[in-house]
Amino acid sequence: MSSTTKDTTTDSPDVMVEIRAVHKSFGTLEVLRGIDLSVRAGEVTVVLGPSGSGKSTLLRTINHLEKVDHGWISFDGTLVGYRRDGNKLYELREREVLRQRTRIGFVFQNFNLFPHLTVLENIIEAPVSALRRPRKDAVAAAEKLLARVGLADKAGVYPKQLSGGQQQRVAIARALALEPKLLLFDEPTSALDPELVGEVLDVIKDLARGGTTMIVVTHEIGFAREVADTVVFMDEGRIVEQGAPADVLDRPDNPRTRAFLSKVL
Amino acid sequence: MSLTSDPPLDRPTGPHTDSGTATDMDGGVDHGALTVVPVRHPWRWVAVAVTAVLLAQFLHGLVTNPGWEWDVFARFFTAETILKAVGVTLQLTFYGTVIGFALGIVLAFMRLSASPFLSAVAYAYIWAFRSIPLIVQLLFWFNLAYLYKELQFGIPFGPGFFSFDTMNLVGAMSAAVLGLALHQAAYAAEIVRGGVLAVDSGQLEAAAALGIPRYRQLWRIVLPQAMRSILPNAANEIISLFKGTSIVSVMAIGELFYQVQVVYGRNGRVVPLLMVATVWYILLTTALSVLQHYVERHYAKGAAR
Repeated sequence: MSSTTKDTTTDSPDVMVEIRAVHKSFGTLEVLRGIDLSVRAGEVTVVLGPSGSGKSTLLRTINHLEKVDHGWISFDGTLVGYRRDGNKLYELREREVLRQRTRIGFVFQNFNLFPHLTVLENIIEAPVSALRRPRKDAVAAAEKLLARVGLADKAGVYPKQLSGGQQQRVAIARALALEPKLLLFDEPTSALDPELVGEVLDVIKDLARGGTTMIVVTHEIGFAREVADTVVFMDEGRIVEQGAPADVLDRPDNPRTRAFLSKVL
Repeated sequence: MSLTSDPPLDRPTGPHTDSGTATDMDGGVDHGALTVVPVRHPWRWVAVAVTAVLLAQFLHGLVTNPGWEWDVFARFFTAETILKAVGVTLQLTFYGTVIGFALGIVLAFMRLSASPFLSAVAYAYIWAFRSIPLIVQLLFWFNLAYLYKELQFGIPFGPGFFSFDTMNLVGAMSAAVLGLALHQAAYAAEIVRGGVLAVDSGQLEAAAALGIPRYRQLWRIVLPQAMRSILPNAANEIISLFKGTSIVSVMAIGELFYQVQVVYGRNGRVVPLLMVATVWYILLTTALSVLQHYVERHYAKGAAR
């Protein structure tokens, strides 16, 4: 009876994020020059590229931390930052943008934990204030998340008392506390000492295996090879090449991808 | 022996004395076993001695010089009129601080806001109240009734619904509080703004990315972190306001400095009465400084490893 509806959904697998013709400039510098990208639900997309190629800016446009100049982005079927009415796009109010963001987790390069709040307070802040969860539930959920990232005993500690790797794992737990449908990672291991990179990547890999949709900007080629469903290579504000990791990383078509990979591998 | 630990001060001399140095140089002997002689500071002791003598002379003068009239000081220090005046001074400081900083926080966030209107209003306020000398402003408020006899609510340029007599509405005390608070707000706004600017922009970004409501971003995330750099300046302002309340003596308000003037105007004992005011100012400023220490410690949580 429901076979017809089932057919229509399976026919086009769920697109979680759709990016179309996105342009973004800072002053006279054009950082994004027409980006098109689709990310399907449950997939891991890794974005590679030299610094200044626009990877981080692209990631930040997806949760509207940066406003796009042209083009549009939709997330889970709704436009990011705008509301369509007829053939006009209305800019959303800050309150509405904030509500959209609670469904997208963002992990920063520099962790950006709140230093004056304990690890537990960091994690429950958004669920309690943005989603209005009862504090007790938020605390219980936070404790589970801390156990998941291997920091069950650190709930009462302040961020500065933790190592960089531990701080980033707390930041991931904080992003997960909103139960987001999408996780964005902006160079999550770039600010870490080499010996701490592994513990953070392990947490992200674990999430990827669990079927979380995520977009990861990184320089960790090994991670991309192991975890990514799609690897996207960006250069000078454009996507130069994308595809399965084996294709992009081992048999790149584009000379610029080849040049980049020969430097980092 | 580790070289990173503090140098041992009172270690007994090792087997090597003067004659031993030669063997150290070529023998590669363990230097950790040698006695460490810390740097000496002979001039520091000279300075301490000179200062001690000067201080002793000053204290001796305080005790022996009859001009200080300590008996008069003792009689007035806890006299009822003086205690009442101390109360008025504390009241002026309290209201000036609370209203001034409350308005200052609002002005600071207005000035930092993305709205050009709010930012311009805040800027204009700060410009105006920093430009007008406090004493002039106080006298304006005091003489408000001369300019505007009554305050009326109604349609602008049209009929009014009800009105107040400004003479009764703005008494001397409220004129003083109003003047001090409005003046303080302009300075508080800039101190708060400075503190907010010192908070890493990543903090607001993280709060925004988590979807935390705007007021909560400011109140829970930014302001507590800004407090660390706001507090030393704010304490300065409060202490300066506390002593600055003496300026309202021009409006014949019975605060500490005015009351002291009244008393020595009557009995002619200028120096001991000035000392009464001075000692009260010193005591209460000390109390504020101690309070500052504890408040700063509270807001430093999470800052240490």
